[in-house]
Amino acid sequence: MKNVQKQKRANKSLPFFFRDEFKVSFVIIFISVALLITTFTFDIVPPILNRGIQPATFPKALLVLIIAMTLLIYYLATKNPWKVQKKLPKSFYLTLSSFVIFLIISKTLDFFLAISVLSIFVSYCWGEKRIFYLLLVGIIFPVIVFIFFETILGLRFPSGIITNIYYS
Amino acid sequence: MDNLLLMMAPLFSSKLLLVLFFGTLFGLILGVLPGLGPTTGGALILPFTMTLDPLSAIVLLTSIYCAGTYGGAITAVLINTPGTPAAAATCLDGYPLAQKGEAGRALGMATVSSTVGGIFSVVILVFFAPILAQLAYEFGQPEYFALAIFGLTMLASIGEGSPIKNLIAGAFGILISTVGKDFMTSIDRFTFGINELTEGIGFIPVVVGLFAMSEMLTQSTLINQVFNRIALKAIKLPSKDDYKKTWKTILRSSGIGSFIGVLPAEGGTVASLIGYSEAKRFSKKPEEFGKGSIEGIAGAEAANNAATGGAMVPTLALGIPGSATTAVILTGLIIHGVRPGPDLFREQPDFLYGIFGAMLIANVLFFIFGFFGAKIFARITLVPNKILWPMIFAVSVCGTYSLNQSIIDVWIMLFFGVLGFFMRRYGFSVVPVIIGLILGELVEGTLRQSLVIFDGNWLMFFTRPIALTFFILSLIALAFPLIRAKKIKK
Repeated sequence: MKNVQKQKRANKSLPFFFRDEFKVSFVIIFISVALLITTFTFDIVPPILNRGIQPATFPKALLVLIIAMTLLIYYLATKNPWKVQKKLPKSFYLTLSSFVIFLIISKTLDFFLAISVLSIFVSYCWGEKRIFYLLLVGIIFPVIVFIFFETILGLRFPSGIITNIYYS
Repeated sequence: MDNLLLMMAPLFSSKLLLVLFFGTLFGLILGVLPGLGPTTGGALILPFTMTLDPLSAIVLLTSIYCAGTYGGAITAVLINTPGTPAAAATCLDGYPLAQKGEAGRALGMATVSSTVGGIFSVVILVFFAPILAQLAYEFGQPEYFALAIFGLTMLASIGEGSPIKNLIAGAFGILISTVGKDFMTSIDRFTFGINELTEGIGFIPVVVGLFAMSEMLTQSTLINQVFNRIALKAIKLPSKDDYKKTWKTILRSSGIGSFIGVLPAEGGTVASLIGYSEAKRFSKKPEEFGKGSIEGIAGAEAANNAATGGAMVPTLALGIPGSATTAVILTGLIIHGVRPGPDLFREQPDFLYGIFGAMLIANVLFFIFGFFGAKIFARITLVPNKILWPMIFAVSVCGTYSLNQSIIDVWIMLFFGVLGFFMRRYGFSVVPVIIGLILGELVEGTLRQSLVIFDGNWLMFFTRPIALTFFILSLIALAFPLIRAKKIKK
């Protein structure tokens, strides 16, 4: 309890634009406003086809509601600040970057290769140094999953340098 | 009598028994592993159910639901980490009791109370789901709209998070459901010129992303965390004295859990917290709570398992999910071409009673597995995260890709993984997003159809008694967290 109060005090001492409640509210409102602007580009249906309301009306109402509620949580947070979150460790950023690596490899080289690379990378970054276990998570297990999906579900994975060899 | 025979059908089908066996086993494993659980597990297994007939598929999902909810107790008692959020209240007394060298007794009570709670809730399901379905015949579009709004406002009171944050998350879930072609006019909305988005955003990529991938990111922040696992010699059946102390608590919590489960959007987590606090309120020794009270374990575990059957009531009778896991089950029903609602009760009673019977058997099966295999299941927690999570990633990616064979679905899953991580970090629950996504189409569709019926007059909603009742209940649901907060302040 004392720790939470200390964290809250620490948050209150920061300039408002550094506080989590401001950053989170700002991001939500910024995205909501951008989406709200987008809704004005939706096609308008002629009255004869229009059933009840225009297609843009419902999303518009939702976005206005989200903006209003976000302003409310920000207002409440000025009275009762959120606690300061701990800094994220290096392993988090490495895992997050592995997602990006996965996207790049799956798009440019091969879907299966992307899974293997991510699995080995994440396992290694999380502290696994033994070769057998790295091979297990990076090659043996993905191969089992791949074959299972391919044979049982009849799934065809996207083409790539490794999957092409398998399919040919 | 006919219905009873239909309920017994799974017992006479070797295929269904096999599905039940594997579902219960898999559910227990998922429940034991912190971070996973029946919701994530159900979403991951959904693509595999495509190879099964509809009844087997739903039996598999429901057995995972029942067993997974119980499985969380094993980890809660032995490593003080709830395997599932619904087992959080079990930690409060389960772990202290295990520290006193009575892990077997704690797990024995958790197993017995979970089984009693689970069976009690199936009985409630069998009796109340058909009644609710019968009532639903009176519902038109405006009533369904009001009901969906009630379900969404109930999100305000789930968990211990901020009610407004839960509502924002729920509204965001509905917003996701508007992506793609408008189902009434075929106008593109939020597609940004991406062809794949015209079909909308699928449920599975969002669920797997919000639950599994965000949990993977959460686990990446905890890699140095060391769990102290308490050794388990053998699980013990509760003694006569324990039964004497807890039978009232078990029955009360079973009732509470079933009731909370029936409420749209609520689930095992809320049920177990209320079951636990009520057990404390009625206890002759409330001072023992938090220090290893056997009543505390019974109260929490009976309630969270009772919520499983309760949550299936609105799911099957109205098509409104009672919890996050039942949202996955609802998706399973829709994928297999089964439309939940009153017609299901009239047209496919064999299917429904098959599910009820399977849930009953699943509760008995997890009792047997839990009793004889808790020691083995406890060992599963020893699988290091650095091995486990890359494997879960491989299954998540392939499972997400498999439904539509779309790489965009995989990207959406990863996006929601990152989003889910930050949502949880800043106190936004991810469950409302799922409920919002499921209810989104219903809310918008019924609203628009109602406005057509009412010729655009919004006030006509309040002239319909059932709709008006749901709107009043919605206001109460919104006011409830405020009243609770004021009470806590006092």
